[in-house]
Amino acid sequence: MPYIPHTPDDVRAMLDAIGADSIEDLFDEIPAHLKAAGKLDALPEGLSEMEVTRLMGERAAMDAGAVSFIGAGAYQHHIPAAVWEIATRGEFYTAYTPYQAEASQGTLQVIYEFQTLMTRLTGMEVSNASVYDGASGLAEAVLMSLRANRKSKSRKVLVPTALNPRYTAATQAIVENQDVALQTVGFDAASGQTPLDALKDFEGEDFAALVISQPNFFGSLEEVDALTDWAHANNMLVIGVVNPTSLALLAPPGEWGTEGADIVVGEGQPLGVPLSSGGPYYGFMCCKQKYVRQMPGRIIGRTVDMEGKQGFALTLQAREQHIRRSKATSNICTNQGLAMTASTIYCSLLGPDGLTNVAAHCHTNTQALAEKLTAIEGVERAFSAPTFHEVVLTLPKPATEVLAALAEKDVLGGVSLAKDYDMPNAILINATEVHSESDLDLFAVALKEVLAA
Amino acid sequence: MSETKLIFQLSQPGRSAVSQAPKAVAEDKLGAIPAHLRRQQKPALPEVSEMQVVRHYTNLSSKNFAIDKQFYPLGSCTMKYNPRGANRAAMLPGFLNRHPLAPETHSQGFLSCMFELQNFLKEVTGMKGVSLAPMAGAQGEFAGVAMIRAYHDARGDEERTEILIPEAAHGTNPATAVMCGYKVREVPVGKDGDVDLEALKAACGPQTAGLMMTNPSTCGVFERQIEAIAKTVHEAGGLLYYDGANLNAILGKVRPGDMGFDVIHMNLHKTFATPHGGGGPGAGPVGVSERLLPYLPTPMAGQRDDGSYHWIDTDTLETSIGHLSAFMGNAGVLLRAYYYARSLGRDGMIRVGEFSTLAANYLLKRLEAIGCTAAYPDRRASHEFILTFAKEAKELGVTAMDIAKRLLDYNQHAPTTYFPLLVPECFLIEPTETESKEALDEFVDAMAAILEEARTEPDMVKEAPFTQPVRRLDDVKAARELDLTWTE
Repeated sequence: MPYIPHTPDDVRAMLDAIGADSIEDLFDEIPAHLKAAGKLDALPEGLSEMEVTRLMGERAAMDAGAVSFIGAGAYQHHIPAAVWEIATRGEFYTAYTPYQAEASQGTLQVIYEFQTLMTRLTGMEVSNASVYDGASGLAEAVLMSLRANRKSKSRKVLVPTALNPRYTAATQAIVENQDVALQTVGFDAASGQTPLDALKDFEGEDFAALVISQPNFFGSLEEVDALTDWAHANNMLVIGVVNPTSLALLAPPGEWGTEGADIVVGEGQPLGVPLSSGGPYYGFMCCKQKYVRQMPGRIIGRTVDMEGKQGFALTLQAREQHIRRSKATSNICTNQGLAMTASTIYCSLLGPDGLTNVAAHCHTNTQALAEKLTAIEGVERAFSAPTFHEVVLTLPKPATEVLAALAEKDVLGGVSLAKDYDMPNAILINATEVHSESDLDLFAVALKEVLAA
Repeated sequence: MSETKLIFQLSQPGRSAVSQAPKAVAEDKLGAIPAHLRRQQKPALPEVSEMQVVRHYTNLSSKNFAIDKQFYPLGSCTMKYNPRGANRAAMLPGFLNRHPLAPETHSQGFLSCMFELQNFLKEVTGMKGVSLAPMAGAQGEFAGVAMIRAYHDARGDEERTEILIPEAAHGTNPATAVMCGYKVREVPVGKDGDVDLEALKAACGPQTAGLMMTNPSTCGVFERQIEAIAKTVHEAGGLLYYDGANLNAILGKVRPGDMGFDVIHMNLHKTFATPHGGGGPGAGPVGVSERLLPYLPTPMAGQRDDGSYHWIDTDTLETSIGHLSAFMGNAGVLLRAYYYARSLGRDGMIRVGEFSTLAANYLLKRLEAIGCTAAYPDRRASHEFILTFAKEAKELGVTAMDIAKRLLDYNQHAPTTYFPLLVPECFLIEPTETESKEALDEFVDAMAAILEEARTEPDMVKEAPFTQPVRRLDDVKAARELDLTWTE
């Protein structure tokens, strides 16, 4: 019996101790007509480890082999071998939530180190132990801004159209049940940035927060200082949505404008977490110290034990569902522990210079790719703003057709902006440090062929 | 065990794990980024060698309890063995390197696994449709209650403002109801652990949107009146939500769909043996009855007539409650659950409920025999049961917390303590089907020794643990003098 250790003698001895004749007797409180016997016939027969491994190996191989230039919220990076060898050690992989602090100091110290790393990357004062992913993290940040902004009575938040549309959609799905509204702010069609002019329409209106994405979905860099100061001048909090790799090169949100961002969230995946079809990733969440009691999720503090020795424990638990029930800041009761552990190891292995080099290669490789592609007739950059590691290109043909033709050549040439932005000929592309010069050439050659066909 | 320095305390300026990152890029190649948007100083990440990192985190891992090392009788948490084969399969390069937005032509392997997993979960729960999108049990709960709300809203039935919840429920239930814009009304639980049906009838009305409950309940007993409860809620126009935290108890024995539930979430990190990972990631798929099918969260996997697989998204399922994450939830966790389902198959699935229930009833009888007090002595245990140490607390001054901490010294993880809230000084104990009889007996021996210590050396028990990396921690200091990040 897979994973069940009991011998027939064990079962007999256990039933005797219980005083039951059979295992079936143990279900005598369940009404007989409800029992499921015979109802699981659609399930296949069990397989051995070798058989399931072969089956899944065949399935995995079906999806392998292409060269990808898709970014749009999840990015390919080199992950040092040590990261997941350590993160999947049984002591991390099979541990429970660290409620019993004395028996969980490993996990707890890793989270404390993670919190420290995230505050240093973002320039913020405090961090939680992570939430599910970047998009749901933004939903939590929006709800948090309503609690934290004492100057506002509004249940509305300003969200740029140039934010990742998947973030907007997930945030909408999560917050709308609490009668929270997202008001969109358009982008400049020439630069691909969210201009101050677009915000002027909302001056004098009450909003709890302004969301600023740096870089934005188009890869464009926003004028974060001006946007931040405008929001604060209008009694709004600033929620920064950032890519953690980019923070090695770009000004941290804690330093935006005069006062810095108030809440910062983002997708942690670029820091050592594989693409893995979209998860498990994690959302990081940081804020100013004065808002820490409004932050959802697990938070770890450093303290001492009864002998005065340093130790780590869950803290500020009065915010959480297992204590406050219906009055909690959120219903969340996990963090994405393993993914967050991987990022902690990743950041330690890379260090300040390593992460800066990764970010710089992402930037220069994407620039080089854009140059190679725009050398093809009819292919142009869609926007004029400076970018980090993604660029929007307009093509002389519909994007969906071109991408399908590229996929036939095993080149995944980015994502189409047809559906979300009514830009039928536009694609969003990304290159990172993993792409070699020949990868970039491969894309250029393939695109040229497809467009010529 | 000695204090482990923080990784930041190992840092030396100028040290680096050179081979872990690409070479430096000349500053003039970064000229396209305007200076005023640039970071002025490099982030203060640790500067350490590769071996320092490996040794540091390996040493930290050794300060954890884990299923791979210890018995974890945590009630409502289902800490069963996590098959290593599942981890290896989910980490196959084809799965690991697949971008979530890869075209369907390059996703058939992954989609086929997800489509089959949806079908397996439908079959074992008796529901009509399943979405794998929610990323944890609490997000599954959110999706479930949001679907209940979408259903009432679509019918123009907007007077329904209340969710009913038995008082023994998990804290996530009321927190979720509030996140979905509902008020919470608690329903009392009787002395035998079943819901007070008369009180439920009195609480039901035109304002009732639904009832959230677990079965077996968090009292560790099967709710015998489930059909009457379902009838009562349905007649009032409400829907019935099944919290799948205790699904392990009934896997293969009875199905939530057959009990009358309209929507359920499953915790794959419990019932389907994916790892807890020190607190996540989990996965919380939802299953629904016929009438909630239009509202399932996206994306889901579908199959065409020609056998190929495709995504079902909000462009075709416009009534969906939408996306709860940027992509497809915790895909890697779902692959591990798929492995587990294929590994167990039909017969293995049926054995889960049987053997987890056998282990719990055996452990309960043995613990009662050494003098422990069951909270519901006249009931069958489900896959878990409750002990109360109210007598020990009153007579000896030794609390459930003290006993839990002392168990750590016996190399046993503590059970769930002080939950459910309605039983004083309680342990909620769930042994799971994967623990051997010897492991259960060792736990009984440890409990017997501790109960003896509680009588003879109560002050010692009150100071436990003694063998862990730290003694009991000062939680008050942790909350009052917040120290959440390291400063040199």
